[in-house]
Amino acid sequence: MNTPSCGGPPGKSMNRRDRGKDIGGCAISGIMAENGELFSGELVMRSIANMRERANGLGGGYAAYGIYPQHKDHYALHVMYESGQDQQTTEQIIQQNCLIHEAEPIPTHPLHVIKQRPLLHRYFVTVKPEQLERYYDLSEDDIMANIVMTINTDVSGGFVFSSGKNMGIFKGVGYPEDIGQFFRVDEYDAYIWIAHGRYPTNTTGWWGGAHPFGLLEWSVVHNGEISSYGINRRYLANFGYYCTLQTDTEVIAYIFDLLLRKHDLPLEVACMAMAPPFWAEIERMAPEQRELARTIRTVYGGALLNGPFSVVVGHSTGMIGFNDRIKLRPMVAARHEDRLYIASEEAAITEICPKPDVTWHAQGGVPIVGKLKNGAEDSAVAQVAG
Amino acid sequence: MQLRKWLVEPEFRIERDPEKCIQCGVCVRQCANDVHEYDEEEEVVYSDSTNCVSCHRCATLCPTDAISIRPFPLEFRPNAVWTASTLRNLYKQADIGGVLLTGMGNDQDQPMYWDRMLLNASQVTNPSIDPLREPMELLTYIGRKPDSVQFERIAGQPRMTTQLEPQLQLQVPVMFAAMSYGSISYNASVALAQAAQQVGTFANTGEGGLHKDLREYADHMIVQVASGRFGVDSDYLNTGAAVEIKIGQGAKPGIGGHLPGEKVDAAISATRMIPEGTDALSPAPHHDIYSIEDLRQLIYAIKEAVCYSKPILVKIAAVHNVSAIASGCVRAGADVLVIDGYRGGTGAAPTMVRNNVGIPIEFALAAVDSRLREEGIRHQASLIASGGIRCSADVAKAIALGADAVNIGTAALVAMGCHLCQKCYTGKCNWGIATQDPYLTKRLNPNIATRRLVSLLESWALEIKELMGGMGINAVESLRGNREHLRGLGLTNRELQILGIKAAGE
Repeated sequence: MNTPSCGGPPGKSMNRRDRGKDIGGCAISGIMAENGELFSGELVMRSIANMRERANGLGGGYAAYGIYPQHKDHYALHVMYESGQDQQTTEQIIQQNCLIHEAEPIPTHPLHVIKQRPLLHRYFVTVKPEQLERYYDLSEDDIMANIVMTINTDVSGGFVFSSGKNMGIFKGVGYPEDIGQFFRVDEYDAYIWIAHGRYPTNTTGWWGGAHPFGLLEWSVVHNGEISSYGINRRYLANFGYYCTLQTDTEVIAYIFDLLLRKHDLPLEVACMAMAPPFWAEIERMAPEQRELARTIRTVYGGALLNGPFSVVVGHSTGMIGFNDRIKLRPMVAARHEDRLYIASEEAAITEICPKPDVTWHAQGGVPIVGKLKNGAEDSAVAQVAG
Repeated sequence: MQLRKWLVEPEFRIERDPEKCIQCGVCVRQCANDVHEYDEEEEVVYSDSTNCVSCHRCATLCPTDAISIRPFPLEFRPNAVWTASTLRNLYKQADIGGVLLTGMGNDQDQPMYWDRMLLNASQVTNPSIDPLREPMELLTYIGRKPDSVQFERIAGQPRMTTQLEPQLQLQVPVMFAAMSYGSISYNASVALAQAAQQVGTFANTGEGGLHKDLREYADHMIVQVASGRFGVDSDYLNTGAAVEIKIGQGAKPGIGGHLPGEKVDAAISATRMIPEGTDALSPAPHHDIYSIEDLRQLIYAIKEAVCYSKPILVKIAAVHNVSAIASGCVRAGADVLVIDGYRGGTGAAPTMVRNNVGIPIEFALAAVDSRLREEGIRHQASLIASGGIRCSADVAKAIALGADAVNIGTAALVAMGCHLCQKCYTGKCNWGIATQDPYLTKRLNPNIATRRLVSLLESWALEIKELMGGMGINAVESLRGNREHLRGLGLTNRELQILGIKAAGE
């Protein structure tokens, strides 16, 4: 591969705004401890490695929640750079807008199968008070999201691939187990882990294109293709989200951010907007529920995700798995004690949890929701501090 | 037989096979243009092609298939500049003076951009969906949508507080375009209304008012308020499912309308609320709308009149600056915006206007959809594309470009029997559609016409579902504005850019 590892495919414009989508199959796995207990990434690495057949070595990645308790109030920006020049430009933007509490290269472990690495840095930041004053009509999250959008659209060789608090995304080109070793994922402890092994069919390996995708606290791993991508992307552009990463997966992260954070919809309602019941089912619902479903479908048609997909979405207080409305991609879930497991294949669960209490197949359009128990987040932080 | 007295040759030649003709006289009785004549002495039917408009009525009804009609074989000397139609128009105008009139939509050989866009289908990475086995949804709600849906939390339980503004529910994203009673016959109006009701879509009164017997279909009728305000009163506004303010029409942007007094019989007089036998003249502009703020006043005057219980549509012709005009209309309070492209049909229009004013609906639609999205107001109004939608693939492409639904006029008339002779303005429609002559109108059986219209929409619905299933999409909202599913064929970079689509192969 001749192209810089962090750049787009050859021949593509370096302006990342409004790039097309890519397509492919994939493996996904997610584990959550609902009691907030922290556990090593070694477990999810084993789970995703057991689905190696579903990946082709062109992308792997992890998202972990609860890994930066010492910086739990700071946005953890994970950034990849093509060159030192890009790093300078990006850091200027960060410095203009943020207080940097700590900055360092992301620790990695040399691995000969991981080639063509971009520069990888992380920054623990908060938005500067003067910026908060200047954009008094926006929340700190809104301003942070705008900063991420600005870097990702305007800096040709700089990508923010993780921007949440007390969470981080680690991803790159390679099989997920190799990417895990490279990023020393087993050395982090988290209460939610989600992982992805990628099988892209049309993009050259590109670090930015690997999953999970993240914006603020949201991270998404995705198996499938979003046939509605063209309109989802244009719908999101209405609200200032620009798809920059050459994949349809990022629309899912943005839609979650829009519906849950900006529009403040209940989680179940947001899932209903993305994978709504059929009109024929809506007609059979009780009046109040019918009115709700009809309104949601009418207003949020642009957020409907169509086409075959299974996704696992992580956020600071939970994990959600869901399928397209007619279940065109596999998804299995299991529970064992306080842990929720979601994966493309049952084998990925039994590999790490041989005898779950209960195992089931996800239904089309019905979300599987894992929620952190009350106070569990604080106890997760306390575990480390203590 | 008369001797020909024009400089201009006939456009068509009627050939009668003497071996097949049984002198039954069907053609004589069917032709309102007096082309056929029975000579009782010689017991032979003669035809004078001079007045033939090639509407095929005689040929279609001839029991022995004795009649064929073809372009007149005496062709003008080949000339790429001074074409036959140009010369004919010159002869005609020199002969009689005045403005050249025509009917139906622009028939010129300008590019059809629908045909230069191709739809997508799934292969391998994405399964296509079989609409015969899986649900496939075309249901569409037309009207203003809020930015977001609001909830209040009572004891931790979310409860929706948003109430939607009035919407029109379409079972198929195709409505019948505005065609007035007056420009078309009562039977044609009944058929459109009945078909709209059966299919679950909407017909449109046009500017002709709502005949009292059509009120039973009013919940599937959009009532129009045009510059002449014919038939408009509070009752009329409150009877329809929605109210459309007609600013312009694709076939004749910038000019008004004229229903000759000869057509204003007792029923039309009552429906339009004008004296019998008077010309119904619609001014070019609404004389209470000289700017956008005036439109806003009319929109809200009507909203007040209907107690905000119905969506208000605004129909504009696709003209050069259409996206800015559209944005203004939406900001003025239009809940639905109808954009009528330059191929839109009409009962009568000056030929020069019809063929030379306005822009293609494909560009207008793409530009308006993009503009409204850039301004973040696309959800505030639904977009209806109109003017030259010929088939279900055109519908799918229009929706992918950004339309919520489309209007069809010509296609619906053709379904009822229209043969596009373009002589609607003469009032001599042999198919009983664009005429008020009782001898002609009774030819159109409204129930048969209804069945044909229903069949048309149902078959289009099936075809749209097949196309969507092929793309791996099972709800029409995922096709709407989804330009990823369109590719351009033989278009310039600039055209691709305006349409917002990639070239085939990209």
